[in-house]
Amino acid sequence: MAEPGPTCIRPISLMGLMGLMMLLLPAHPARSETTLHGFIQGNYNLNTASTNPDGRDSKLAEERAQIKLAADQGPLRFFVKTDLAWDHLGNKEDLELREGTLDYTAASWDLKLGRQMLTWGLGDLVFINDVFPKDYEAFFAGRPLEYLKKGVDGVKIGLYPGFASFEVVAIPLFTANHFPDAKRFWLYDPLPGVTNRQTTEPGSSLDNTEIAIRAYRDLAGFDLSLYAYRGFFRQPSMQTDNPAAPTRLTLWYPRLAVYGASLQGSALDGVISLETGYYDSKDDQDGGNPMIPNSQARFLLGYQRQFWEDFTVGIQYYGERMLDYGAYTATLPTGMPTEKKLHDLISIRLTQLLMHQTLKLSLFTFWGLSSTDYLINSEIKYNFTDQIWGALGANLFGGGEPWSQFGQLDGNDNIYLQFRYEF
Amino acid sequence: MKRLVLLLLISACLAANALAASPEEIIQKSQAVFFYPGKDFKARVMMKLISANGQERLREMTMLRLNIGAAGGEQKYFMYFFQPAEVKDMTFMVFKYPEKDDDRWLFVPAINMVRRIAMQDKQASFVGSDFTYEDVSGRDLADDAHELVREEALNGKACFVVKSTPKADSANHGHKLSWIDKATWLPMKEEYYDRTGKTIRVFTADEVQVVKGFATITRRTMRNLQSGHRTEVSYASQDYNVGLEASLFSERFLRQPPKKWIE
Repeated sequence: MAEPGPTCIRPISLMGLMGLMMLLLPAHPARSETTLHGFIQGNYNLNTASTNPDGRDSKLAEERAQIKLAADQGPLRFFVKTDLAWDHLGNKEDLELREGTLDYTAASWDLKLGRQMLTWGLGDLVFINDVFPKDYEAFFAGRPLEYLKKGVDGVKIGLYPGFASFEVVAIPLFTANHFPDAKRFWLYDPLPGVTNRQTTEPGSSLDNTEIAIRAYRDLAGFDLSLYAYRGFFRQPSMQTDNPAAPTRLTLWYPRLAVYGASLQGSALDGVISLETGYYDSKDDQDGGNPMIPNSQARFLLGYQRQFWEDFTVGIQYYGERMLDYGAYTATLPTGMPTEKKLHDLISIRLTQLLMHQTLKLSLFTFWGLSSTDYLINSEIKYNFTDQIWGALGANLFGGGEPWSQFGQLDGNDNIYLQFRYEF
Repeated sequence: MKRLVLLLLISACLAANALAASPEEIIQKSQAVFFYPGKDFKARVMMKLISANGQERLREMTMLRLNIGAAGGEQKYFMYFFQPAEVKDMTFMVFKYPEKDDDRWLFVPAINMVRRIAMQDKQASFVGSDFTYEDVSGRDLADDAHELVREEALNGKACFVVKSTPKADSANHGHKLSWIDKATWLPMKEEYYDRTGKTIRVFTADEVQVVKGFATITRRTMRNLQSGHRTEVSYASQDYNVGLEASLFSERFLRQPPKKWIE
């Protein structure tokens, strides 16, 4: 009489779901399509100024394979982008889901569910209304630029009523920025003696769900966007058990709200970009806690122009102004580095394409106006064929103070190599 | 028989028209049939870039075009790239204005980013090919002084030969000779000369098909005589008046190009 137990009901795994979709899709060949693309990549780095804190000569040595699988059926689209990497420095394999989404598209709205990339705002490597997670180590160690961005886990709804377009994003799972690893990068640490450290991330709850909204439309030939965000800083703040003689350090993510706007359009024989944002530091409203970022006004002015065929120059001015500076300086403990009220910098990007756009020479530099530090990234990239390209680049950091944005990276100068076969 | 007579009569009228046309009118008519036919246009474009030593690179894209006004007026272009793999899913949108700089947007799928791009130079190379943006979407009629230099047959087709000399020094060429088919008004050949009178680039229309009543160049080649590089373009499919709407040419669809239109 014994019936087979529930062991015959197997959990539907992601792989199983994918397999199921593959089986279902060819049933309607006229209306569905599955595509598979990806790449195999080698990415290597060599220090040119000094060895890492861990004594190694390299910040990155890996091979990586990426698979991009897309399946369409009517208004539904399924997409997975996943990486498998062999990290020679960490001597480990790393499987990473870069993106994994299910899309539904209707006439005047759409929905994207899952891990997704979001890029908002107009800055070139400076971010005001792009409140989504970044991987700065990837950028400083010479990975391809797309690895600067990390996906968010959430849902995005697009609404297109005609007079404007809207994107509403809800992110129930917090993702922090990834900052350079202290074993591979020389970085400023204000409390090097405190080794007992822990990190607490915002837990998943309705109250902690991040909300980001963007509204955009054309305004007299310019692209206008308005933004609002409620969530968290993605750079951790420090909290000590005892400010006078700390023995334990907690890294945590204070609450943040951002309200901003951007405008971009053709002007002065080029493209002009304007962006601004008010960073409301919710856990430090009066600015009296020096361990939590002050509320800020951020602003960006950018200009891009093609001076001759395939030669483009982009210039940006970017500033962050602390809004409760008096309260910040009055409460800052002695011995801590004092930030300036206005932190500003300029960036210059030069790009020249040659040989039927198969050879790309680029130079990107940040120059700190308030902190007199710099970052210089130069790169040469060549497409050997339609499938194979290679890039050789260099990162230089320095100037300023040992704690300033790029000054603290002094000693991390490196060259890098990227090599990719794409299919 | 009646139909044939009618056709002959129409042809005669057209020819008479053609005889009376000024060089500006010839170029204007030619541009209208070359860059503006139909209300809209959709094509699957195969672009082969071939170097002097024979190395080939392929660009495959769907190109959508919507006319906003009459011939010579504003147009919207949308391009979706299938190949090479590095730019798969990339989209590119151009709002072309006859008397001011175009607006151009690029979507980079790897980071889901839409950006305006500064490319005010209409004579810059289109995706690294021997064609320029102007070759793809047309050059402003008023930018050149036009002169009818002769009429001659080219590959058995009666053609006007029009010399167009840029009014400004900023152009990449000294002048251009166009062989314009009197029957279809399409350019069958164009020769670009530098200021010393040396030929630098040559365009040839290699295949013409009539699609929904519109004579269409379905295969063309642009040769760079200085570098030996050439670009061959062929349409794998093409259609007119497919019902494109202006709303397609938007950031929403740059990020998520509808299958219906790009396949």
